[in-house]
Amino acid sequence: MSTLEPKADLVATPELALTGDGAGKTDLGAPRGKRFETLHFAFHNTKLVIGLTVVLFFLVLAIVGPLFTDADPFEFGYPLGVPPSTEYWLGTTSSGQDVYAQFVYGLRSSFVVGAIAALVAGAIGMSIGFVGGYFGGVIDEVLSMLTNIVLVIPTLAVLIIVAAYLEVGSLWSEALLIGLTSWPWAARAIRAQTFSLAARDFVNLARLSGRGTTRVIVNEIAPNMSSYLFLTLILLFGGSVLTAATLDFLGLGPSQVMSLGLMMNTAVSNAALQLGLWWWFIPPGIAITGIVGGLYVMNVGLDEVFNPKLRNT
Amino acid sequence: MTRYLARKSFLYLLTFFFAVTIDWAIPRLMPGDPIDGLIARIQADSTASQELKGYVTESFGLDQPRWRQYLNFWRGLLHGDLGPSIAYVGSTVSELIWAAVPYTLALLVPAIVLSYIAGNRVGAMAARRKVLDNTALPVAYVLTATPYMWLALVLAYFLAFKWGLFPVSGAYDFSLQPSWTWEFTRSFLSHWFLPFLTLFLVSFGGWAIGMRNLIIYELESEYANYLQALGAPTKLVRKYAYNNAVLPQMSGLALALGAVVGGALVTEIVFGYPGIGTLIITALQNRDYFLMQGLFLLIIIGVLIANFIVDIAYVIVDPRTRAGIQGS
Repeated sequence: MSTLEPKADLVATPELALTGDGAGKTDLGAPRGKRFETLHFAFHNTKLVIGLTVVLFFLVLAIVGPLFTDADPFEFGYPLGVPPSTEYWLGTTSSGQDVYAQFVYGLRSSFVVGAIAALVAGAIGMSIGFVGGYFGGVIDEVLSMLTNIVLVIPTLAVLIIVAAYLEVGSLWSEALLIGLTSWPWAARAIRAQTFSLAARDFVNLARLSGRGTTRVIVNEIAPNMSSYLFLTLILLFGGSVLTAATLDFLGLGPSQVMSLGLMMNTAVSNAALQLGLWWWFIPPGIAITGIVGGLYVMNVGLDEVFNPKLRNT
Repeated sequence: MTRYLARKSFLYLLTFFFAVTIDWAIPRLMPGDPIDGLIARIQADSTASQELKGYVTESFGLDQPRWRQYLNFWRGLLHGDLGPSIAYVGSTVSELIWAAVPYTLALLVPAIVLSYIAGNRVGAMAARRKVLDNTALPVAYVLTATPYMWLALVLAYFLAFKWGLFPVSGAYDFSLQPSWTWEFTRSFLSHWFLPFLTLFLVSFGGWAIGMRNLIIYELESEYANYLQALGAPTKLVRKYAYNNAVLPQMSGLALALGAVVGGALVTEIVFGYPGIGTLIITALQNRDYFLMQGLFLLIIIGVLIANFIVDIAYVIVDPRTRAGIQGS
């Protein structure tokens, strides 16, 4: 889709040869060539490179950032409301906390919650999507109905009411809650893919040869949509980071763990706007936008890498 | 057409039933007694707390068997009785909600409609047009990834606090009374603009990206190629592509509603706009469970109604659903 990619015509022939030959004969040479080809497209895809760079930048910052500070994100006792300087890289809050420490620990929380929630939602979405799409019939009707119901209910409303009663105490429970409510669109998408794959000859063959249902799904269907599943996980990750930030902003996240949303929450409730402490609420938003936007752009780039049809357009 | 709408209505009724059940069950399934917690928080003296407990137990109907509690919950709901508010003593939840809903709708409806229209237009223009695509698309990706509350904070900080172009919080100037005067309208609009802009910008990004991708997809299809081969002007081909791309965008609209409503809640909190979002934060801070449950139901009902409106619009736009060709 982008204008900067190389012409795909150059490599169209080896790909054709590969698929035409089948898996048996060229087992040694083919996967190697294919892998190089994918890598070639991956590195020449501007969207993928830009998105990945931004996401990796924040990931590295989340991992090594805390090593550069002794401050505890909740610790008081620093000067009040100091702008960024060489001593306090991102300044301090109006009550004397180190913003840099809050920021890097908050980044960690974002990645942890996003990853766990995406895995939970992915697992539920895959189970429901695979089962519904593979079996069809009444099972599919029931699962689709369930999916559609959960899809219509606004996630945030449910999360607010559950979190209000439950008093979310850890990143794990927050991630679990988000994962349990964000799976429906993934289930629907995976169901549609499974539905079309389940009717193919190679799946029928596997079924006829007496393989169990689980093995057919795991060995025949899932590998054929692995890139699709990967893209789904990326989008779930990005969505979960946003949802977590919103929950934290509402004060419904874990109060003992620093997060980017909690930074914005305390900034608003402590009048950072009125006091002009922009360094308190600007960085967390830039990080969230960067991570989520990076993931989205990366997703489009990966889609082009995985799907040859999208490349040369 | 009737079959399509009947199917959808059935799904929505089922969803509503499901949501009401969740709303009823959550406080009763959660560990700890919310009423005891509530009373501990109010920290009234012992006689008063006994009285309060009796009052709350009766309002909740907790002295009755579970199935009767559930039926009572439905009965109260159908009579529009959502219980008393704890945060605002003396008001009922329904009163509070009815006072807040117009403000939220005033933000949401224009933001959704205008961002949908503008996003679709810009996305359609950007598709297959290098310069516009390379400038508009990155902006759209950044916008759609922005957390609503952060954009609200940035706009409030720069446009309201720093440069003083807009008022900071509230829905109108405190010295004014709501009325149909020019002065009030101006005050209302200037308070309304920034929260509206926040919602508009974030949603706009999503629509533009979606439309751009759909138009590219449509322009690659057989009918577009055929038209082009016949020598039809590009404008006409694009028009057909647009008409076809609008349909999936409309289905997307139904799905996006929940997210925009969530965005409106946090945006209102940043701007202190007296809608549902501000009510939710008050309910959360005061542990006003009746209010929370009422707001939850309101949001669900609102989203379901909006979904239904989109479905009707879909029937009007897509002749296939009207003729019953498409079973979806």
